[in-house]
Amino acid sequence: MSGISRDQVAHIANLARLNLTAEEAEQYTTQMNAIFSFFEKLNELDTEQIEPTSHVMEVYNVIREDDERPSIDREVALRNAPDEEDGQFKVPAVMD
Amino acid sequence: MSIFKRQLMDIHNALSNKEMSVSELVEASFKRIQETEGTVKAFLTLDEERAKAKAKQLDEQLGKGDEMGLLFGLPAAIKDNIVTENLKTTCGSKLLANYDPIYNATAMDRLSAAEAIVVGKTNMDEFGMGSSTENSGFQLTHNPWNPEYVPGGSSGGSAAAIAAGQAYFALGTDTGGSIRQPASFCGVVGLKPTYGLVSRFGLVAYASSFDVIGPITKNVEDAAYVLSVLAAHDPYDSTSAEVEIPDYISALTGEVKGLKVGVPKELLGEGIDPDVKNGVLEALKVFEGLGAIVEEVSLPHTEYAVPTYYILAPSEASSNLARYDGVRYGVRADNADNLIEMYKETRSHGFGSEVKRRIMLGTYALSSGYYDAYYKKAQKVRTLIKQDFDQLFAKYDVIVGPTAPTTAFKMGEKVSDPLTMYLNDICTVPVNLAGIPAISVPCGFAQNGMPIGLQIMGKQFDEATVLRVAHAFEKHTEHHAASPKL
Repeated sequence: MSGISRDQVAHIANLARLNLTAEEAEQYTTQMNAIFSFFEKLNELDTEQIEPTSHVMEVYNVIREDDERPSIDREVALRNAPDEEDGQFKVPAVMD
Repeated sequence: MSIFKRQLMDIHNALSNKEMSVSELVEASFKRIQETEGTVKAFLTLDEERAKAKAKQLDEQLGKGDEMGLLFGLPAAIKDNIVTENLKTTCGSKLLANYDPIYNATAMDRLSAAEAIVVGKTNMDEFGMGSSTENSGFQLTHNPWNPEYVPGGSSGGSAAAIAAGQAYFALGTDTGGSIRQPASFCGVVGLKPTYGLVSRFGLVAYASSFDVIGPITKNVEDAAYVLSVLAAHDPYDSTSAEVEIPDYISALTGEVKGLKVGVPKELLGEGIDPDVKNGVLEALKVFEGLGAIVEEVSLPHTEYAVPTYYILAPSEASSNLARYDGVRYGVRADNADNLIEMYKETRSHGFGSEVKRRIMLGTYALSSGYYDAYYKKAQKVRTLIKQDFDQLFAKYDVIVGPTAPTTAFKMGEKVSDPLTMYLNDICTVPVNLAGIPAISVPCGFAQNGMPIGLQIMGKQFDEATVLRVAHAFEKHTEHHAASPKL
């Protein structure tokens, strides 16, 4: 696989909702290239016939009875909100 | 010497017989913190007023002759990524500098039911991402054995607090070695339980398929007591295991005769510091002397563990950390005039460079066109690594090796080179990839005076054997009894 370009780093940063400074973009480009070339080591292994492991425990779809239970009070849920109005989380305009 | 050197049951009985009060115990903790914290800097938040009030309440309870919880009155230091109701929980991140949790982690409820007393929250690498606690957004924690050295990480504050005698026991969390490696660097005991044995509810997620809470203590017996309190099925955690919890205390027989110990040659080969290697080899002689059968074995995929882990964990992290958007909690950037910019500015100012780096690595590994090459490939190699362990555990009771390839390194020595820092995790990450339990116990000192950690790994949910072997080692050696001069 070929190297990771500055443009790709900018694209990834946007996907990850990060604004990188020019210095950070430069540094992450260098470091990501070094780290992903190191990851290439895994290609030494033939894994064609190997099943992936996403989780070491064999539990799937744990469900419970759909009983009514008390939930968090609105006031408590909003306690850490950076901004709120009328009992709701308030954010800047979604569109300019 | 410090009352925290006394055995748990010894303190329990002293309290029960009124030879000592809980208030004295808690006072001793804060006194020690006052004496040593200027050097160590293990804590991000202290909860002195409430701890002392709780101590008073427990002393009154004692007066009435009420039954005592297993951890009655014991001062506890809690890693700052375990949420504590009404007690600031920052995860070592500036983004959560003001986060005041509205609930308790299940682990905290269980400690509280066992009547332990929280003295404070400990420093850590931001969101658990690091091996030296240098990635904290707030402060550097110093190794009590030599303040020029790192305490390890990411649970560096918890390990340093126990080494410095600031609390009786601590909780840490382990995603790729974050309990064991700092325990090794600080000369204390650190137990990473089997994935799913201890509830993750209220443990702030880093990499959800790896994260686990466990004890950091002065000795193995204490670790067994704390684990007895923590281990339980929790309906609030869908990955919490429904298994029978054995009696970890009665497992500590001191006997290892006939026990089969596998020693992977890959964990004593290239890249392992000679002092560390010698420490482990000496420990193996102790086991042989006690009648255990020690044999060289192989974990053939060990060299692939670090790349596998550093693809999977950052991938999970990039998804988990998407929640820090400045909407519901945390420190919001106030210089943005639309929603997307607010997200970006909040995250860019709130996260430190290692967290951003791992989010970038994970986002890239999961992005369109690269998913199969990296994420899926790493999941397949994870299968191979797990199979290596399964094969060994068909023949061996425990697998033993070093906890880390070196002893503690100096502050600033590795922080500028992420890849070198990642490679330091070679001995610990295979355990997390396989989801098995492992403990680090002190096994001597390197020539630079820093402690060496011996790692004992066991079968899934076989903490009883891991603890038994660690306890037998401790009983027949003096390494754990040493204390740093502070």
